[in-house]
Amino acid sequence: MNKVIAASAIGRKFGNTRALENVSFDISESEIFGFIGPDGAGKTTLFRIITTLLLPDEGKMTIMGLDCRTGYRQLRKNIGYMPGRFSLYPDLSVEENLNFYATVFGTTVKENYDLIYDIYSHIEPFKKRLAGKLSGGMKQKLALSCALIHKPGLLVLDEPTTGVDAVSRSEFWVMLKKLRQHNITIVVSTPYMDEAMKCDRVALIQRGRLLSINQPEKIREEFGRKLFSVTAPEKFKLINALRSFPGIRTAYPFGDSVHVTFKEDEFDDSIYKHLDRMGVINARITETKAGIEDSFLELMQKE
Amino acid sequence: MKRFIGFVKKEFLHIFRDFRTLIILFGIPTVQILIFGFVVSMDLKDANVAFLDLSNDEITRRISDKICSSGFFRRTDNLRDYKDVDRVMKKGDTRAVIIFGDNFGRDLARSGRATMSIIADGSEPNTATLITNYATAIITDFNRELDRTARIGNILVQPEVRMFYNPGLKGHFMFVPGVITLILILICALMTSITITREKEFGTMEVLLVSPLKPSQIILGKVMPYFLLSFINVILILLLSWLVFGLPVRGSIALLLAESMLYILMSLSLGILISTISKTMQQAIFISLVGLMLPTILLSGFIFPIENMPGIYDVVSSVLPPRYFILIIKNIMIKGAGFSDVWRETLIIALMTAVFIGLSIRNFKVRLQ
Ligand SMILES: Nc1ncnc2c1ncn2[C@@H]1O[C@H](COP(=O)(O)OP(=O)(O)O)[C@@H](O)[C@H]1O
Ligand SMILES: [Mg+2]
Repeated sequence: MNKVIAASAIGRKFGNTRALENVSFDISESEIFGFIGPDGAGKTTLFRIITTLLLPDEGKMTIMGLDCRTGYRQLRKNIGYMPGRFSLYPDLSVEENLNFYATVFGTTVKENYDLIYDIYSHIEPFKKRLAGKLSGGMKQKLALSCALIHKPGLLVLDEPTTGVDAVSRSEFWVMLKKLRQHNITIVVSTPYMDEAMKCDRVALIQRGRLLSINQPEKIREEFGRKLFSVTAPEKFKLINALRSFPGIRTAYPFGDSVHVTFKEDEFDDSIYKHLDRMGVINARITETKAGIEDSFLELMQKE
Repeated sequence: MKRFIGFVKKEFLHIFRDFRTLIILFGIPTVQILIFGFVVSMDLKDANVAFLDLSNDEITRRISDKICSSGFFRRTDNLRDYKDVDRVMKKGDTRAVIIFGDNFGRDLARSGRATMSIIADGSEPNTATLITNYATAIITDFNRELDRTARIGNILVQPEVRMFYNPGLKGHFMFVPGVITLILILICALMTSITITREKEFGTMEVLLVSPLKPSQIILGKVMPYFLLSFINVILILLLSWLVFGLPVRGSIALLLAESMLYILMSLSLGILISTISKTMQQAIFISLVGLMLPTILLSGFIFPIENMPGIYDVVSSVLPPRYFILIIKNIMIKGAGFSDVWRETLIIALMTAVFIGLSIRNFKVRLQ
């Protein structure tokens, strides 16, 4: 398959901060590729390199066959970019924003209307409204429409679901899936683990390094240990009690419960006694399947 | 080209949607001109004048009576000698002295021409101008009356105006060139630097950079609307000062407008330069106001005359483009100068423009860092 992006050993520094270190990955055509990582992991920096806004200090990256350093003029015609802050003009209306980006990219709304129809139709009833007056979800849809209006081969979305309500978030992923039929490769970043499952492949990124690149399902399988979920009414007390137990390897909060692994990779039932002694009552322990977040934490632990 | 037009259209939308921008663009110039104008040109009423009538004939008495019965002037003294002129003017409560020389009536009857003098106290330039304007108007009116009753040819009384203490009438209507200079640098430098840094702050610059727009198109598109609006502003200010205060442009209007365009271009390139070195709107505003507005007001001769400046300020002021522009328009508007009188200043501004544009192009980045 054709490689849309091929990056090898990319590095980028800001002063003494190493924002990216030895980052290598390949992205294939029509893939939805997710970069998952906490704030400050280097996602935005990487995306700015992909969109030719920044140059890497080290390494090599080709995008759609062009070098990211020298091919920027060509590339800029064929990349759709939605930065972290939706780049809309709050004092222009929905329609004016879209028309503006269409003209700037040398096209018209009419020409590519079928491409954005699924997304834009949600906000078209409000097309006279100023973009500054839209809700987070509507801003997100408008920004995506603007990024798509020139039918780019590569769509780069930096945290498109941050600051958006849960309903709009899931709607958004449905729209991205639909874009695949137009042969658009999508690179997306998110701090939310649950969204990783919606990508074809994900890269876990932490402090400028890639921890793992794989299909989300495979990353879960990479976990490779027995995982147990512990619940108790007083969660904070529970975590401290678990961490003080000598046989415990890791204990991370996970929603309402705490996910733990044992040093011997076997359930050690003396843990009930320990919890009792620490004053944790009504603790329930069940074996569970590792999620992507568990894998991520596991990989971070190994670092 | 379509791209560029779309961009310019967007810029106009920004301007017309933003109330504050509109106020700065059109409100401030209008208000400044009107306020300054009305402060300096209050109405003239019962100004004290003394007469030195050495001829004391029928005609001079008629002219004096006409002047004093107009309601604008009040006769305080009848002087006997030229020496007295200085004395009454120094006392300070006499604003002007009107002088008829020997044989005024006889000269007029014989040659059809006679000259009288109006000497005004130039230490109060506003009143002085009003007095001489009103007195001249009254005499013109008198000439018309004479003309109608004259049997032979046309006869003319020529008023000759002189100022004591401040012969060039510095300070008066100085504010119009000053306001134009200030407003243009305010609109052009401040506003362009704000609109460009605003895109940086909103994150829209990232997308513009990733678009096929060339940096030169982005910059030109930003600057074009302000160029047009600033030019309209110059015309507005000139019209206002002419219609409301009767301030004429002595020199060539075409030259004045051309010089204004050059100065607008200079201010715009300065604005771009500011935007390339500032990351946020706040920085841009700070640099424009503290680095440009204040020096323009204080050091370019807007308020304090350059001649009175201590050496170091004079040096600082000589790198400020507004200083030269004020000189240029003052010369054109008030002294009626032509291009040959202002080419040196024009050249300096043109050179400065070239430097600013060069620096801006060098500083403008096709990438974020
Ligand atoms: N322009 C910059 N100047 C200095 N440091 C930066 C700059 N951009 C990013 N960084 C640093 O690089 C690291 C990665 O940041 P970023 O790429 O924004 O991460 P993310 O998008 O994953 O939150 C952070 O430590 C951040 O402080
Ligand atoms: Mg980021």
